[in-house]
Amino acid sequence: MIAIKSTSAATFKYLTLILGVFFALAPLVVVLFASFKTSQEYHNTNSLTPPADWFNFDNYRTAFVKGNMLKGFKNTAIIMLVSLVGNMLIGTMIAYVLQRFTFKARGAIMAAFLFAALIPGVTTQVIVFKIVHALGLFNTMGSAITLYMGTDIIGIYIFIQFMDNISTQLDESAMLDGASYFTIFSRIIFPLLAPAIVTMVIIKGIGIYNDFYIPFLYMPDPDLRTISTSLFAFKGPFGSHWETICAAVMLIIVPTVIAFLALQKYIYNGFTQGAVK
Amino acid sequence: MLRLSNLSYRAQRIVIIVSFSFIPIALLVTFGYLPVLGMFKYSFTDWNGLSPSYHWVGFDNFKTIFTDEKYYEGFINSIYYFVGSFVQLAIALYFATILSFAVRGKSFFKGVLFFPSMINSVAVGLIFLFFFRPEGTLDSILGFFGITNPPHWLLNPKIINISLVGASLWRYLGFNFILLLGAISSVPSDLYEAAEIDGANRWHQFRYIILPSIRRIVSVTLILSISGSVAPFEIPYIMTGGSNGSNTFVIQTVKTTFSFNKYGMGSAMAVVLFLIVVLVTVIQKTFIKEEKKNDRH
Repeated sequence: MIAIKSTSAATFKYLTLILGVFFALAPLVVVLFASFKTSQEYHNTNSLTPPADWFNFDNYRTAFVKGNMLKGFKNTAIIMLVSLVGNMLIGTMIAYVLQRFTFKARGAIMAAFLFAALIPGVTTQVIVFKIVHALGLFNTMGSAITLYMGTDIIGIYIFIQFMDNISTQLDESAMLDGASYFTIFSRIIFPLLAPAIVTMVIIKGIGIYNDFYIPFLYMPDPDLRTISTSLFAFKGPFGSHWETICAAVMLIIVPTVIAFLALQKYIYNGFTQGAVK
Repeated sequence: MLRLSNLSYRAQRIVIIVSFSFIPIALLVTFGYLPVLGMFKYSFTDWNGLSPSYHWVGFDNFKTIFTDEKYYEGFINSIYYFVGSFVQLAIALYFATILSFAVRGKSFFKGVLFFPSMINSVAVGLIFLFFFRPEGTLDSILGFFGITNPPHWLLNPKIINISLVGASLWRYLGFNFILLLGAISSVPSDLYEAAEIDGANRWHQFRYIILPSIRRIVSVTLILSISGSVAPFEIPYIMTGGSNGSNTFVIQTVKTTFSFNKYGMGSAMAVVLFLIVVLVTVIQKTFIKEEKKNDRH
């Protein structure tokens, strides 16, 4: 009796898991199917039918060339690289100052960063837009780079927490050798922060790769399109060519799949760490 | 030449504190605090964003927000997202619980359930436009089960919000799930063992061990879903642009400000949203403090 009960519980468990997998993957798999179909095939077959030729890359070519996806990838890569480097430097620098030194304004600075985290980003764009204009950054990559570069309390917390475990004896012995504070930061602290930096690069990097709002608002110039805004532009001219749109969607997802498979452990940790704070 | 290492540590200290904090604080003030001040100021004006002059209009903008349906419609639609977040939490909690015990293929299930939260938001929008198309994926699946006359998922104003919440749920479930899974795995395993010896079944373990130890993260998630449900933007904007009765408050704010150049009005809407989110966060913080106090007793 107990055996029967536990097998049916196990069956139910696996059944729900399979159902979950089905709902998670079905919307993606049909897009994958459609991306390999010819236009005629797409119109004549059901969306659940696999493509006749799995090596028909025509739609991918169209998406890349006519949809300017290559430019999108290039722009996203530049923005990501510059803003991540800047963000990590800025984040570790302010964390170093806040963790290693005690000074009057320290508490106030911490509070300022903490309170800023409460400000919902979507709401202030109305005025940020004007500031970006005034700084002459509108329709330049500088707008996205500057906005992504600003550090937030989560980053500061993660760096500070990590630095708590870096012994101050290291700093002191370096000081005996006459090292400046800058040398201590750049030669000792920064390299030792590597694991925390990796976590932050992953969280921030995914956020920038997936962001739509900032490039959409601040860089309307077609030459500055990122992958998000390039893909959004597909909605118009390719409106009836779903097989091309699907190929473009897959082009954007492939790097995400690769990153996910390679960095799974870091991603899980990063997301949990970032959110619990 | 002036070298940092030639200075005394006292002087160095000042140099390093000032130079290392300058850029982060400048960015914080420019893009964090100035916009908030500006937002409050312009919310009482009729500024169009272009002309150098504007008029003070008192609380007129705020009155309009709460009396003109075009503006408050978004709040009504946020009820759908609010309900959706409960459904999302329940599903996430279910999967997090069963995957915290021994399950074959655990990391596969974990990965698949989480993966959608990693996908680019525009891609998610297009995936679900494709999914909900007439004779598209959903209709084909339903046809497989003999349902031949499905509704127009994205054209019928009665259904459109449910469809959009479905897409949002697909996108954010994995994130919720992984947070809960992390919280549940930090429950010491000897608690389960002790409970099993006492004859507790899985439901008892969930009810009396898991739920109390993740109570905090569950309540935080629930409270945050209030502010989250006021602010949906990306998925509905990408999929429908707010048409057919799917407008959200943030979409309306963006349209009012950037398409119709009503900066004063847009600022007022932003202020309303800001106050809601701040209020919710304050409630959440005091709630957690209460909980912590109670834990100590």
